[in-house]
Amino acid sequence: MVTLRVNGVQRSYDGDPAMPLLWYVRDELGLTGTKFGCGIAQCGACTVHVNGNAARACMTPMGAIEGANVTTIEGLSPDGTHPVQRTWRDHSVPQCGYCQSGQIMQAAALLEEHPNATDEEIDAAMTGNICRCGTYARIRRAVRAAREV
Amino acid sequence: MTTTIFNVSRRQFLQDVGAGGFALAVTVPGARGVAQQLATETRAPDPFSPNVYIRLDPTGDVTIVAHRSEMGQGVRTALPMVVADEMEADWSRVHVEQAIGDQAKFASGIDYVDAAGPQNTDGSRSLRHFLQPLREAGATARAMLEAAAAQQWNVQVAEVEARMHQVVHRPTGRTVGYGDLVGTASEMSVPAREQIRLKSPDAFRYIGKEVPIVDLFDITTGQASYGIDQALPGMRYAVVARPPVYGGGVASVDSAAAEAVGGVERVVRLAETPPPSGFAPLGGVAVVARNTWAAIQGRSKLDITWTDGPNRSYDSETYAAQLEAAVAQPAKVIRDEGDVQQALAGAARRVTADYYVPHLAHATMEPPAALANVADGGCEVWAPTQDPQGTRGTLAAILGIPIERVRVNVTLLGGGFGRKSKPDFVVEAALLSREVGAPVKVTWTREDDIRHCYYHAPAAQHLEAGLDDEGRAIAWLHRTAFPPIPSTFAPDVTYASDFELFLGASDMPYDIPNLRLENAEAAAHVRIGWYRSVCNIQHAFAICSFVDELAHTLGRDPKDYVLSLLGPPRHVDVTRGGVDPWNYGDPIELHPIDTARHRHVVEVVAERSGWGQPLPRGRGRGIAVHRSFLSYVASVVEVEVNSAGELSIPRLDIAIDCGFVAHPERVRAQMEGGAVMSLGNALVGEITFREGRVQQSNYHDYRVLRLTAAPRETHVHIVRSDKPPSGVGEVGVPPVAPALCNAIFAATGKRIRRLPVGDQLAS
Repeated sequence: MVTLRVNGVQRSYDGDPAMPLLWYVRDELGLTGTKFGCGIAQCGACTVHVNGNAARACMTPMGAIEGANVTTIEGLSPDGTHPVQRTWRDHSVPQCGYCQSGQIMQAAALLEEHPNATDEEIDAAMTGNICRCGTYARIRRAVRAAREV
Repeated sequence: MTTTIFNVSRRQFLQDVGAGGFALAVTVPGARGVAQQLATETRAPDPFSPNVYIRLDPTGDVTIVAHRSEMGQGVRTALPMVVADEMEADWSRVHVEQAIGDQAKFASGIDYVDAAGPQNTDGSRSLRHFLQPLREAGATARAMLEAAAAQQWNVQVAEVEARMHQVVHRPTGRTVGYGDLVGTASEMSVPAREQIRLKSPDAFRYIGKEVPIVDLFDITTGQASYGIDQALPGMRYAVVARPPVYGGGVASVDSAAAEAVGGVERVVRLAETPPPSGFAPLGGVAVVARNTWAAIQGRSKLDITWTDGPNRSYDSETYAAQLEAAVAQPAKVIRDEGDVQQALAGAARRVTADYYVPHLAHATMEPPAALANVADGGCEVWAPTQDPQGTRGTLAAILGIPIERVRVNVTLLGGGFGRKSKPDFVVEAALLSREVGAPVKVTWTREDDIRHCYYHAPAAQHLEAGLDDEGRAIAWLHRTAFPPIPSTFAPDVTYASDFELFLGASDMPYDIPNLRLENAEAAAHVRIGWYRSVCNIQHAFAICSFVDELAHTLGRDPKDYVLSLLGPPRHVDVTRGGVDPWNYGDPIELHPIDTARHRHVVEVVAERSGWGQPLPRGRGRGIAVHRSFLSYVASVVEVEVNSAGELSIPRLDIAIDCGFVAHPERVRAQMEGGAVMSLGNALVGEITFREGRVQQSNYHDYRVLRLTAAPRETHVHIVRSDKPPSGVGEVGVPPVAPALCNAIFAATGKRIRRLPVGDQLAS
């Protein structure tokens, strides 16, 4: 039995402890904002916060997060107005949008830890998140803008 | 179960556009029955629905139907916005509703549009084919609302005017809201098309303006719903083990260990489809489980012995050598003007070069995934499909049920790029649902996606030019060889089809008196498919690189040289060389090959990029121009290559002439994204086969461009144009890769003739 909090709600899980958090939030909790992209921590589409840190949910086994506090894109802000979400909209970042939950969660974790991240630190933090539509220029602009908020 | 996507966030409208709250639906002129049909399907009181696109409720809410698939290109915003503009609707009161697949319902009445499939979202066609029909749909609603107001007031129609969701009586200033006109408007007959008066462009409220995409709020809050996110009560989750070699099958399977995995419910054999497998599934062994993870775990425990079939020896290195040998010899003549052999023989100088591009995989961020429910003799699917009509027909044929019993709901697509115009993965879900008697969602893992794609064809090309004493190109010989897309659908297809050759080769615009295009045979050993910009990828790479090579051979500025090769402004007549101009399915008279437009985008991109201005050592600029999907795009890429051979891109400029621009912000986005995809193709993209098997599996070994490799600055220049709308979604891709490689040459002296660039600069 694993107990954890997801977006502030206490949860318990007694399935396969090897199951990644990704499939728990998507298939068991119906929180589908966290996306499957690669399953091997190569693309960042599944990025969530585990105890405040950006984590790839596809490589985070349920058995390893007993007692953890998990935040998914659905829990980032009660009304969708986290500074990163706002600048993402201000800069019209998304195209297909599929990777953007992960991008936003990655950027939010970065700025939480490093509110004054340099442009180079932003690039380094965001380069693990693939966007096949190629919205990188706007991702850079949106993260930099959120840094100023 | 609701069958429409209702992703439009009212809150987002309020934030972005202003106050309000309303929905409108447009129908085809003359289709009065639709209004009543929609009304009975939905709710009382009856909405006003003059055509299939618009529904106006008495509350004043407007629903506009988006009939094309959204995969990031912005159609769910741009098309409804066009309707709303002509209808004088308040955008903040519009809801966008995604249409199900229905060929007849969305027929435009324009032959070449309907031939392409009015909902088949590929070929960069949405705006170019539907700007006019949707403007007319919106204007029809506006005219009827004006007539209704005039009737209610008992005044002349000429005295009233629709203005921002209400009709105004000009002499008195009296107004009536759209919602209050629903009853009267619904009683009126739909005016004939000839009577419809379109707005003058200076009256546009949304067209040509910066309108945020309708799904923006939902995307940024995780609410946007893709194919992979669909669910139904009682739904099972499935993954499929497919034959590793195209045309292979299952010799035997031991599923005991898989069935022992917790959560696994069934192991199901799916029949193989022998090549050419078309849109049908590849077959294999499916594991059906209570969640995705259990299905994946179960599949890993399957003990399958595969048969490999005749493609077992497919090897990319060997195949590349075969293609290269093929283009070294004379081949089937496609376009022939003047006398190339004689001109080459008499040339003062001859230049030759050979180019190669490998297989590519789309690798959409959302892998193929679909939910199906087959029950009671019918089939309903929820799928990220580019082609709901084709998906519907394929499902009906394979399931053996009438097409009327198949319902295809279109979700958002987490990337498409051509992969999701093929419904094989949707069919898998339907077959499994039928087998297990419950709704089934099939999810492809990334490995499945990389290993069972409809791949972009590898291509070898041979270019040869003859130059006279003054450096003028007097002869041009181009041979191209690649396994054709139709080989996926019909047996023994080895020559390229006319449409593939018109993708950048037979439509070549340069002003050279003696020219010939030849096509050599190439047999396919895997499924070949459309990949964003399709054969323009290889043809633009070879032609634009070769033009640059000629310029450098002659010591000419590459920009000046490409302009000289284009020659004086003219319409290129490919029929002179025996080519029937496919022209992306559109009439050549409407969209001629107009070198004035090539020239213009070259001049614009050169000027804006600072072409010709000095750069530090280790840096260089390259230029390329290409017409595709009836649009004209030129790019200047600036690269920096350090002493270790590491490449970076300080700046990229791209200029586009796509005729009439409905949504400039999404055009810019498509140019930015198309450039990134092209750079990824050129720098790192490569799928290879050995012993019939794909050697790559995921993003670590099938690489795509990442943020740190993206251009540090991207500048998009949209050229003002009075021409009809032409393609946008794919057209950014073709010229960027050759511009990049031309820049590499300028920076380093190293000519890239084989993609990807990979580690070629490291030596």
